Amino acid sequence: MTQDTILQIDGVSKRFTKDLDIAEKAARKLGAKIAPMTVHAVDNVSLDIKRGEVLGLVGESGCGKSTLGRMVAGLASPSNGHIHFNGQDVAGLKGAAARDAALKIQMVFQDPMSSLNPRIRIRDIVGEAPRVHGIAPRGQVDEYVESILQQVGLDPSTAKRYPHQFSGGQRARIGIARALAVKPDFLVCDESVAALDVSIQAQVLNLFVKLRQDNDLTYLFVSHDLGVVEHISDRIAVMYLGRLVELGTAEDLIARPNHPYTQALISEIPTFETGKRSYHAIKGEIPSPLNPPKGCHFHPRCPHAHDRCRIEVPALKQVAAGRMSACHLNDGA
Amino acid sequence: MTKLLEVKDLQTHFFTRDGVAKAVDGVSFSLNRGEILGLVGESGSGKSVTGFSILGLVDEPGRVAGGQIIFDGDDLVAKGEPLLRNLRGKRIAMIFQDPMMTLNPVLRIDTQMVETVRAHENVSKAEALRRSRDALVQVGISSPDERLQSYPHQFSGGMRQRVAIAIALLHKPDLIIADEPTTALDVTIQAQILAEVQSLCAKSGTALIWITHDLAVVSGLADRLAVMYAGRIIEEGPTAQIIANPSHPYTRGLIDSVPQGKRHGALLTQIKGMTPSLLKLPKGCKFAPRCPRADAACQAEPALDLIGPDRSVRCFHPHAEADGKAAL
Repeated sequence: MTQDTILQIDGVSKRFTKDLDIAEKAARKLGAKIAPMTVHAVDNVSLDIKRGEVLGLVGESGCGKSTLGRMVAGLASPSNGHIHFNGQDVAGLKGAAARDAALKIQMVFQDPMSSLNPRIRIRDIVGEAPRVHGIAPRGQVDEYVESILQQVGLDPSTAKRYPHQFSGGQRARIGIARALAVKPDFLVCDESVAALDVSIQAQVLNLFVKLRQDNDLTYLFVSHDLGVVEHISDRIAVMYLGRLVELGTAEDLIARPNHPYTQALISEIPTFETGKRSYHAIKGEIPSPLNPPKGCHFHPRCPHAHDRCRIEVPALKQVAAGRMSACHLNDGA
Repeated sequence: MTKLLEVKDLQTHFFTRDGVAKAVDGVSFSLNRGEILGLVGESGSGKSVTGFSILGLVDEPGRVAGGQIIFDGDDLVAKGEPLLRNLRGKRIAMIFQDPMMTLNPVLRIDTQMVETVRAHENVSKAEALRRSRDALVQVGISSPDERLQSYPHQFSGGMRQRVAIAIALLHKPDLIIADEPTTALDVTIQAQILAEVQSLCAKSGTALIWITHDLAVVSGLADRLAVMYAGRIIEEGPTAQIIANPSHPYTRGLIDSVPQGKRHGALLTQIKGMTPSLLKLPKGCKFAPRCPRADAACQAEPALDLIGPDRSVRCFHPHAEADGKAAL
């Protein structure tokens, strides 16, 4: 592991299993072929995140990007694999060390209304964690909260208000303030700007850029919006049905997508075009993660699929400097 | 050729306990047959309420307080419910944002579609079923016979929206009003829906009002754009002209706010402040408090003035064509 890696995701998988109910268990005893339903939300993903970088994680609904983000933030534990933060396996830490690691990775959620307790004042939403963990000295918590609110562009005099008294953009800022209050090194931003209007989204994105410079933060920026991710990220990772399909620097990946899925995603970002454009859609739908296709998960929708894609899972391999892709086409002539 | 739809000085107000919220305040626009209009604005700009007003779907405490909506020669505001009942689903169809809310979850798709056909036309069940099947094929649903017998929850989000579009197409309407129909969908599915809507409108000559907050989505789809802010249209014209040379500072701000890749990692140009509450609108130009170009003149309300043969803007200090494309 190199010196400047802050977070290492090492072969992480997450499975969600629905156990059989009584009737199904009985049927199974009688010889019916019923297995518990298992969703491979995240399937053997490995990623290194360098200190100070912004890694964008994109994919469509159900691809496992949020689950991966939640595992990094410690809100879910991996079924397999390890997450190393600052060189230490997060799962193996005990006591104070585990608490410190947990404080250093914070999460900013998508919907600020459902992630802020409606009955608690902003002062306490932002101030509770620093008070409990002794980050702000006793008696100075209010001043500390005010300084954090100022940092995210909120008027400190609003600290006594409740979440419903704020607009959507302001609530997003409160969510960010809460995460920043414990002085984290690493922020997991899960669709943090998805619910905002365009003009407000620009304000919040600018805030993320500014905070990163001021506080030396590292971001894992999870979003379905490639335009947003491209704007804010240094590197981009693309997921499809639980697997990482491509990874590269933002500019390079957008300019020269290697994986057919990335190519399709990029061609379909709506952009400002003068004159009419005709839309060419990827055929088909995202398959159910309960019953994913064999081989390469993307093959039923891929225009270049051949026999090998239907059988063998492509490995994530280096295709150029700093560029990984999981596609059999790269092995071809 | 006469216009298919003419909206003149539409006023839709909500009479709340805290005062009158003028959600739509003096909106006028018109639509030719087969034309696609993009109605763009942020939350609370009145774009959806404009769409609902045309079909008479505004709920209490709101009501259309003034203006005319002339559809193919008939004033929908004056003639009211009896006429609207005949038009809804037959000549004007609507597609909503969330198809899970518009499809009845306890009825099979065939029941819902046959009902829609027979509500307006006296045809046999078999004929209605045949038409429903054709409509599903038209929107690109494979194995339509099987799908007709499914319930809405058995469909994915994109499929459900296709069914909603198929239902809207059943009577070959003259006008479809689509309210953020792709906002809840993934990019690849959104592209599929856009492709289908585009080809269907071109084939059948149906006019379309596409309501959205996403300028980028309509910029490749619509013939004309109308940008709304605080209940008013602030800029209107051909799509290509508006995207290339946005005239109103708000339109320009909207375009600049969208991350476009070219300014990677840099700060986005942002519009300061936020959308004002409809109950406490500023005097004069509603955008003035957020506008970089505002001065004393903006204390008065600007009118929607023509600035080109087919282009109008509501601003005292519009950007000139010479200002070029929005700053990159």
